[in-house]
Amino acid sequence: MGGRDATMVLLDENGIRCDGRKIDEPRKIMIRAGGLKNADGSAYIEFGDNKILVGVFGPRDVHPKHMSNTDTGILRVRYHMEPFSVGERKNPAPSRREIEISKVIKEALEPAVMLEKFPRTAVDVFIEVLQADGGTRCAALSAASVALADAGIPMRDMVAAIASGKVADTIILDVNNEEDQAGQADMPVGYMPNLKKITLLQLDGVLTSEEYKKCVTVGVEGCKLVYEIQKQALNDKYFGKKGD
Amino acid sequence: MASKTVLDELKRTQILELLEQGKRIDGRAFDEVRELVIEANAIPKANGSARVRLGDTEVICGVKIQPDRPFPDTGDRGLFICTAELLPLSHPTVETGPPQPHVIELARVVDRGIRESHMIDVSELVIKKDKSVIGVFADNVVIDYDGNLFDACSYAATVALLTSKTPTWNWVDEKPALVEGDPTALPVSTIPVSITMAKIGNHIVVDPNGDEWASMSARVTITTDSDGNICALQKGGSDGFTLDEMVQCGETSIRVGKQIREKLKAAQEGVQ
Repeated sequence: MGGRDATMVLLDENGIRCDGRKIDEPRKIMIRAGGLKNADGSAYIEFGDNKILVGVFGPRDVHPKHMSNTDTGILRVRYHMEPFSVGERKNPAPSRREIEISKVIKEALEPAVMLEKFPRTAVDVFIEVLQADGGTRCAALSAASVALADAGIPMRDMVAAIASGKVADTIILDVNNEEDQAGQADMPVGYMPNLKKITLLQLDGVLTSEEYKKCVTVGVEGCKLVYEIQKQALNDKYFGKKGD
Repeated sequence: MASKTVLDELKRTQILELLEQGKRIDGRAFDEVRELVIEANAIPKANGSARVRLGDTEVICGVKIQPDRPFPDTGDRGLFICTAELLPLSHPTVETGPPQPHVIELARVVDRGIRESHMIDVSELVIKKDKSVIGVFADNVVIDYDGNLFDACSYAATVALLTSKTPTWNWVDEKPALVEGDPTALPVSTIPVSITMAKIGNHIVVDPNGDEWASMSARVTITTDSDGNICALQKGGSDGFTLDEMVQCGETSIRVGKQIREKLKAAQEGVQ
């Protein structure tokens, strides 16, 4: 996705990051539940400069039929980036990266969704990244949880997600694009706060055993912040002011 | 791997029952890796290679080294690309055609573990800055399946890279020219080791075999480097881990990884 300035200071002497945030401060997060007419459930998230739209369909018939499971419903996730979402135009065909992220998000959501209540059906989650700025998979996962809840699909918990990482030898919360490009480690974390379960975890970058422990912990704590915003989004739509 | 039968269900129950008693279906300890047999330089025509058996999972990795164009934004670095493929002869459910998501994930996780450890110092693989660099391609093929392809492919690729010899090229007449002489070892700075752990019930086992792989609810693959740092991680599967479990898995990967690293080194030294 291309860093903007290779010589930028990632963390200054006052502990302030390249975009003015403190080490444990997430970017500005806005989540809206609903918004799409045709989808059974939907959500829109702005996570810093990331803009991501999620639509959910189902439970519905499975096509092709052989994919259906007589014991349980299935979850299908497509994570897709628009050609205009990144610096240089992205080929619209799904890349290997997008296929992997789709799989990782699917597996992060599965523990939350009570698919066993809907055998032989599918729940489809379509994630469209309209603008990307580092941390899209976490923002997408957080929005997808809200969209599933908005679709009225029974869930054990919502998955909240945010990345922790390491820049300038310091463990930080919510890695942005510059920090991802120039930093030392990036660790996307997805977590179900009520069930206390980590359902998404990836890491690239070198961490000592101690830093690893701290990084996961910081990520989990960050997820709890995101969780409150997710709940607020649903609250606003279903129990808040009229409109939407 | 995808299809389930009544027998699979019965086996799953048995695996779980045994774990409750502190035993694994093949008699291993929870943190014990299967027998690891490594044949380095199995494909002499490749620049480096290894044939690895991890229990009954078998993988061949061949390394090819050749001049290539650098990526536009990294003209001062050579290329390192690692792939993995399941051959149709490795399992009855494997089909030819475009790679399935789980195979794409396999290739990317194996690549990421080695890449993020900075095993290969790609800054030394430059023939002419911004014009021509050395590309190192480590291609894994799975020839027999019995679970845990992540680690088998990672070990095969790592040994193949450790034993690789690269020719030298000079920049002559605006193109790379092969320099006569003996090939040299790749610039290697660390030895990454990936350790995959499966969660079955509330138990976590290292190096799941095929039956355990089919029975697990979640898994995590953690790669460590020679200094005992964690450099890559991937969680997979339809369940979660607690924070404590993840911390525990990190420690296990460092400890068990150390044992495996000695075996990879021994395989390398065996061909020198």
